[in-house]
Amino acid sequence: MIGLFVLLLKREALLLCRRPAELANPLVFFAIVIALFPLAVGPESQLLQELSPGLVWVAALLAVLLSLDGLFRGDYEDGSLEQWVLSPHPLFVLVLAKVAAHWVFTGLALVVLSPVLALMLGLPAQCFGVLLLSLLLGTPVLSLLGAVGAALTVGLKRGGLLLALLILPLYIPVLILGSGALQACLHGMPATGQLLWLGSLMVLSLTLSPFAIGAGLRISVGE
Amino acid sequence: MKWTFFHKLGSPKWFYEISGRWLPILGWAAVLLILAGTVWGLVFAPQDYQQGNSFRIIYIHVPAAFLAQSGYLLLAIAGVVSLVWKMKLADIALKCAAPVGAWMTFIALVTGSIWGKPTWGTWWVWDARLTSMLILLFLYFGIIALGQAISNRDSSAKACAVLAIVGVINLPIIKYSVEWWNTLHQPATFTLTEKPAMPAQMWLPLLVMVVGFYCFFGAVVLMRMRLEVLRRESRTSWVRTLVEQSIGRGGSA
Amino acid sequence: MTFHSIGEFLAMGHHGPYVWSAYGITALVLILNIVMPRLARRRYLQSEARRLRREMNA
Repeated sequence: MIGLFVLLLKREALLLCRRPAELANPLVFFAIVIALFPLAVGPESQLLQELSPGLVWVAALLAVLLSLDGLFRGDYEDGSLEQWVLSPHPLFVLVLAKVAAHWVFTGLALVVLSPVLALMLGLPAQCFGVLLLSLLLGTPVLSLLGAVGAALTVGLKRGGLLLALLILPLYIPVLILGSGALQACLHGMPATGQLLWLGSLMVLSLTLSPFAIGAGLRISVGE
Repeated sequence: MKWTFFHKLGSPKWFYEISGRWLPILGWAAVLLILAGTVWGLVFAPQDYQQGNSFRIIYIHVPAAFLAQSGYLLLAIAGVVSLVWKMKLADIALKCAAPVGAWMTFIALVTGSIWGKPTWGTWWVWDARLTSMLILLFLYFGIIALGQAISNRDSSAKACAVLAIVGVINLPIIKYSVEWWNTLHQPATFTLTEKPAMPAQMWLPLLVMVVGFYCFFGAVVLMRMRLEVLRRESRTSWVRTLVEQSIGRGGSA
Repeated sequence: MTFHSIGEFLAMGHHGPYVWSAYGITALVLILNIVMPRLARRRYLQSEARRLRREMNA
């Protein structure tokens, strides 16, 4: 089972690395959204610092959402998804491998990129630990929940906007806890509580959502 | 023995007949209870010592908020039944209850916002209850939109079922995180409906209204389901005889 | 009875517009929810009856 998982992960990584431009898109989008806010609300550093927890998290949410549309599309169109649903191997292994690869190339990349952008928004350096940790715990939840929506909408011609409608309300707890952790840190309070909650959300979504994703894929393929 | 009842539920004809008997009872109960509750709440209930008469909006805001949440729970239950037992009637229930639940959420939002104006001085306050109602409305929109986007009837029902189950697991998490967020940002000064001790004169009409709204919800969902059953079974002989009978009576009933 | 006259009842102690608009909108939505399925049912039965008649004639 683990060998299968690793094999799949390698395949996904190989496929994703063949299209580097597509990989960079969510990251560039993340940077652009962050850059839009100072232009919209003004360059006062005090205000930007106050807003930065929310800005970073909203931008991360949207960037992950943007990248989700193509998560299963390629495999759906070339028929490999159908092969997977029919294969004797459990579907959740495939699902976990796909989501894991997606997370490494978007979620983890966002985590790496975020300190630079947080610096531009004036987030003090002592909060970087909380920023990295909260994104590290929160982005897997975003990928997993988003994959449920992506699985349900993969068969549709224009699933992108519908995907946003389905998934964004489900992202709200992560947004609240993630930006709450950063805000607490910004005001000099401990953020352990929020981080622990984010961790438990991650564990919960890691255990439950593969089944929902699998069910969604079966429905989309069966249509 | 018990299971024969469960299997009968899968038969559209049986459902149509039995719901035809239940519908008038539910419908009239809803009308009477809502009318009685409204008169009781508007005329006879004493006014609130803090909020004055604007507090009377509670008699529609709270029942609608109840129904909004129970409606979503019903969607998830129908979803489980539809996925596990492949019961067509559960598909129909899921499809028909979603718009009614969304309307209830809409009522709760609008009345809450109107209530907020005399209480807080603005039309919209990011209060925990109102915010989670807004999110619930988005969840309903998601289910309705997904159901309409997928053209195949069976996969549309199954996809909605999965989404409703995922949503109902998320709902308590959303609710508690929103409440936590709310207490963090504006230390709870004054919540709309949480009163230390409401006298019986105030909560009895509320109880009547809640029961009335439940009956109303049930009646409207049954009406929608009956129509959907007819549409899906339009090729069967019992629907044909039903339509022929309705020609004689002028197409109504 | 908490009100002494009809005028007082309608004014709702300066909260009249709020109370009555909330109740009005709710009544409208509830009535809409009853009327829409009934109309849809009537339309369906009529179209179905037409279809049956066509099939009988054909």
